[in-house]
Amino acid sequence: MCLAIPGKIISLDKSDSVMITGKASFGDVVKEVNLAFVPEVKIGDYVIVHAGFALNILDESEADTVFDYLDQISHPDDPPDDQS
Amino acid sequence: MILHNDFQFSCPIPKSDYENILLAHGGGGKLMHQLIDKIFKAAFANPDLETEHDGAVISLDKVKLAFTTDSYVVNPLFFPGGDIGSLAINGTVNDLAMCGARPLYISAGFIIEEGFPIEKLWRIVQAMRAAADFAKVNIVTGDTKVIDKGKGDGVFINTAGIGGIEHNLSIKPSSVKPGDMIILSGDIGRHGIAVMSQREGLTFDTTIESDCAPLADPVLKLIESNIEIHCLRDLTRGGLATSLVEISNACGLSIAIDEKVIQVREEVQGACEILGLDPLYIANEGRFIAFIPENDAQSALEIMRSQPVSADACRIGRVTNDGSKLVTMKNNLGVERIIDMLTGDQLPRIC
Amino acid sequence: MKYLDEYRDPQIAHGYVREIARITTRPWTIMEVCGGQTHAILKYGIDQLLPDKISLLHGPGCPVCVTSVEFIDKAIDIASRKNVIFCSFGDMLRVPGSAKDLLAAKANGADIRTVYSPMDALTIAKNNSTKEVVFFAIGFETTAPANGMAVYQAKRMRLTNFSILCAQVLIPPAIELILSSPNNCVNGLLAAGHVCMVMGYTEYEQLALKYNIPIVITGFEPSDILQGIYMTVLQLEQHKAIVENQYSRAVKREGNSETKRLIEEVFRVVDRRWRGIAEIKSSGLSLTEKYAEFDAEKRFGLRNYSIDESNECIAGLVLQGIKKPDECPAFAQRCTPEHPLGATMVSAEGACAAYYRYRQTSGKQSHMKEGQINDFT
Repeated sequence: MCLAIPGKIISLDKSDSVMITGKASFGDVVKEVNLAFVPEVKIGDYVIVHAGFALNILDESEADTVFDYLDQISHPDDPPDDQS
Repeated sequence: MILHNDFQFSCPIPKSDYENILLAHGGGGKLMHQLIDKIFKAAFANPDLETEHDGAVISLDKVKLAFTTDSYVVNPLFFPGGDIGSLAINGTVNDLAMCGARPLYISAGFIIEEGFPIEKLWRIVQAMRAAADFAKVNIVTGDTKVIDKGKGDGVFINTAGIGGIEHNLSIKPSSVKPGDMIILSGDIGRHGIAVMSQREGLTFDTTIESDCAPLADPVLKLIESNIEIHCLRDLTRGGLATSLVEISNACGLSIAIDEKVIQVREEVQGACEILGLDPLYIANEGRFIAFIPENDAQSALEIMRSQPVSADACRIGRVTNDGSKLVTMKNNLGVERIIDMLTGDQLPRIC
Repeated sequence: MKYLDEYRDPQIAHGYVREIARITTRPWTIMEVCGGQTHAILKYGIDQLLPDKISLLHGPGCPVCVTSVEFIDKAIDIASRKNVIFCSFGDMLRVPGSAKDLLAAKANGADIRTVYSPMDALTIAKNNSTKEVVFFAIGFETTAPANGMAVYQAKRMRLTNFSILCAQVLIPPAIELILSSPNNCVNGLLAAGHVCMVMGYTEYEQLALKYNIPIVITGFEPSDILQGIYMTVLQLEQHKAIVENQYSRAVKREGNSETKRLIEEVFRVVDRRWRGIAEIKSSGLSLTEKYAEFDAEKRFGLRNYSIDESNECIAGLVLQGIKKPDECPAFAQRCTPEHPLGATMVSAEGACAAYYRYRQTSGKQSHMKEGQINDFT
């Protein structure tokens, strides 16, 4: 369940301290998003949006694990990449 | 004279699970088709209706005409890239074009709600004039009615169209043959998303404009070039998927398409992702599919690509005779899934 | 689209399919408890790519499907009243109540509007001060923050014409019910990534321990689901039973503290009846006393009652993973998306509708064990 997709924050509106909002772009479609649950969000962050609310900030450092993991399991004899 | 009120004229109303009309009955999906079959076709039954095509081809002595009708109830009335007026003209032109006809004359009947601003009516009518000029058709007759405030959505437009048929092809679903290639004239989903972007409760900012456009030029070019066209269908409500299923049902053959080659613009994809919609079912107003025998398919593709409205035409699949009578799509992972009509309108989802 | 398209790459998906086939030595049954994952599995045909030894079961992860018949009837009752604007997510409109659905109520004149977010309902309330605006607050933990914030904000704004019909449900109690059942055949679990994004996954660590079952927090794209399945099968082959997080780009162990805080402020845990499954203790959310004025059931004076559900519909067995949709005698025959007997055929995420749309097999005869339907009553 719970259709939620990543969008990039392109603007912020902090005029209401509780109800921070902003605009997020989803493949060039821009929609207003409620950012109350991610108060630390910055412009340029990717957020996961469900029912008009950003529920978390996407951790971009974890974004490649799906591919790295596959690499490791398909080539178990290769030395692992150094990860900073 | 005494009148008896218990006299029954005709057969009883056909059995239906629904007592009242639902919005889904107009959604282009299964409920609409059931309504058409059980009520309209049952009452009006005649051979011309059985062709199940966008318009009727009628012969008067040596003259063959295409004749079609349509009604426009779009809400909102004005959307990026068009309005109810341009939609009405292009939609009618396209229904005629899908019969292989040269669109010639259109009638326009208006049902206007009391209180509707005349300035808006003028904008709509101007848009119709511009669309008619561009499509080289004449609006030759019409009608106007006004209904009480609250009984309509601003304005409804009904059209009828007449086109001339200058060939001997039989362009309809029953002409489709196994081995036919299916060519799609461009990317999908723009119109539905453009309209949805203006709806209360769903608004979003987008550069998507409706693809509303007349389609007669590529069709007439195909005919002029002696391409053997078996069937044409413009994609409207219910999208590409619904049109494919309709034709498969009408001709009793199977259709196999490849998802990889179907073009969807990134903005359309983005809107579909947000709302949980499938682009295959989203309305279009300037796109069509053509069923062409294999030996003519490459030429047909080149001809379509030479016309601006179908510049991005591509082959998306073929007709087969595997006996299943289903529409299947090979997805990006190489797995085949069955494509069916939806029950009614596709609804944005949370889940 | 960034952070979406990459996870649909066929090469990555097929890479995982190969690796799953390589490590699978025995039959395993894996359940996903998330309608979004069910939808993706069937849309992308993931179950068709997996080796025959892996069976996928579709659990009760669709809040639309499990919303009780009583709640649908209450929704129709409220929506049909004069001066009410009833707002709902699109998915709920075609779910059958005991007599009809919300779309039929709309055809009868009810002012029912589809919204994308509960905040849209709030805006409608602000703009229509002479009307009562009610929002149908369904969902799992993922939707609770949005539904809760609408109420929180309504109180801040001192709105007097807004309320919610709160049918929220919680996932872990349903999982516990399935795992503790004598009929349970689930070996491994894919946990719903977005639920865990909100709540974290410490609750699942206890479940994994108690039932000795691997649980992998999984995302929604084909590569996510396949990686999740790989990680589950690997644990099973290695006799492990721990919680792992496949969806680490979105999920942290402790969840999102802001969402959890809001949920605790606005909602309290209650027992809740699940359609096709009967009542599950502590599996629902209702409004706290502080926000009671926004409770539509109280506002409209609706009492509690329970309704007997259709005998023919086996949605409950499907939701618990005991039966597959095409094992239902009514599937694709008396029960279709146009004429659904139960919610799993109506909702786009419902297992039955997804099977119908993507598979369309004719109903097979299946012999059901006596008393099986009433296992949980």
